[in-house]
Amino acid sequence: MTSGAIPASPTRLPTGSLRKETILPGFGLTLGLTVLYLSLIVLMPLAALVFASSQMGLQGFVDAAFTPRSLAAYRLSFGTAFVAAAIVSVIGLVIAWVLVRYSFPGKRLLDAVVDLPFALPTAVAGIALASIYAENGWLGAPLAALGLKVAFTPAGIIIALLFEGLPFVVRTVEPVLQDLDKEVEEAAASLGAGRIQTFAKVILPAILPAILTGFALAFARGLGEYGSVIFIAGNLPMVSEIAPLLIIIKLEQFDYAGATAIATVMLIAGFVTLFVINWLQRWNKRRGS
Amino acid sequence: MAGATTSKSRIAAAEPLWLRLMLIGLAILFLTLIVILPLVAVFAEALRQGIGAYFASFDDPDVLAAIRLTLLVAAIAVPLNTVFGVLASWAIAKFEFIGKSLLVTLIDLPFSVSPVVAGLVYVLVFGIHGWFGPWLVANNVQIIFAVPGLVLATIFVTFPFVARELIPLMEEQGNEEEEAALSLGASGLRTFLRVTLPNIKWGLLYGILLCNARAMGEFGAVSVVSGHIRGETNTMPLYVEILYNEYNFVAAFAVASLLAMLALVTLVLKKVIEWRFGGASTVG
Repeated sequence: MTSGAIPASPTRLPTGSLRKETILPGFGLTLGLTVLYLSLIVLMPLAALVFASSQMGLQGFVDAAFTPRSLAAYRLSFGTAFVAAAIVSVIGLVIAWVLVRYSFPGKRLLDAVVDLPFALPTAVAGIALASIYAENGWLGAPLAALGLKVAFTPAGIIIALLFEGLPFVVRTVEPVLQDLDKEVEEAAASLGAGRIQTFAKVILPAILPAILTGFALAFARGLGEYGSVIFIAGNLPMVSEIAPLLIIIKLEQFDYAGATAIATVMLIAGFVTLFVINWLQRWNKRRGS
Repeated sequence: MAGATTSKSRIAAAEPLWLRLMLIGLAILFLTLIVILPLVAVFAEALRQGIGAYFASFDDPDVLAAIRLTLLVAAIAVPLNTVFGVLASWAIAKFEFIGKSLLVTLIDLPFSVSPVVAGLVYVLVFGIHGWFGPWLVANNVQIIFAVPGLVLATIFVTFPFVARELIPLMEEQGNEEEEAALSLGASGLRTFLRVTLPNIKWGLLYGILLCNARAMGEFGAVSVVSGHIRGETNTMPLYVEILYNEYNFVAAFAVASLLAMLALVTLVLKKVIEWRFGGASTVG
């Protein structure tokens, strides 16, 4: 019934970079269909985007991709995604720590709640956050009394990205924290290290790759996020207009070149982040083994 | 005596009580502020003018059309991605070949592409000014601003969900059981249905669940290809935006509450499967 009932053969455990000898059928068929479907759905459309950009010529592309308005949008998208991912790394670490290390009433409920942002549609989160942080909203009103304005400012964008990014950090850090050998901590303690010293010198280095992976996943999500952001952002050009929104605005103005160029910049940023995430995950695995 | 030293260092390797309580309190506070409050707000806003106004919101043919369209799009996109996910994980988990890690990376690619970009690429291929635009117009086929475009954009953004659940699971299980069945004379298909499928069913269900939640809730990608034609190309999340922008807040949150309930059901089922399947949750 469970995966644990079928022990993996020990012969498969070593690196296994050699060709796996197997009599299983269907390799050509399944690989062929996989590559075909992948090409039709993902690769060909993305190639169309890159091709459309290349048709503009270098000067044309630069002119379309880097206008003052789009530069402001990139700065905003990258900046808010970075700040939100940094905040969520700290908050996510605290939540993962509490879920792994302590037991308290309501823990299972708390654990289930962590995944809500994965399941709640972004537009739903967007209008809910906008109503909470509006000037007469649950949190917007007390914040306004303090002279703080969140809705319709870049701060609102960060709030929305905290929501979307949180589970990435918690769910990446949690398993690593779980596998951490407590004996090393105990050894550090018995050698006279204080709890803070043990955390900084023993625990943190071991979980750092996982935290950075979570950070990168949250950053990647934040960079492209649209639905949860546009309701709370205010969408003022040059101030609170994110890059994905600018793509849609360009499309609505039938400025296909502008939309294509900005989308290509965002696509490349996504590729780079994906590359970094893959590299971090390999580092994470090496640490874990 | 060994036990005594162990328990002593156990105590030293734990946080003082005040710090534990503070961290637990912080975790609860963070989750309440960031995650729980928005969920509660959806239902509070939907019921702001009472239960009557809430149900009256669904008395709108455009709402019903949006619900039907959302179900239709998911009913096409999810099974296609499920079949793809099973095929891909069979090829990737059961065989070794050159370029395998590249293939896995490419399957994950849609997670790193902004949903808006995902929608745009289909406009560039199938839109009036796109690659196939003139041909599609000449043959009277509409993809962009129509249901096929919504389906394609949804398939793109939910592409990796099933495959990435199944690949690690099938890799962990190895090939021995399938090889035993085959050497006993079972056909390939029969081996898959009788041996592989029972072993992966919980992981598969989990992947389908996440894929479906995202498919029904997708906003950015479908927003680009929809054209927002009332009663025709508005899915539920798109119609929520329209109602919200028309200051029809009760109706917007009422439709949103259905999507929130879908999210809650997804979470509960996910927890039930995790419990049966014994696996830890993975990053989606």
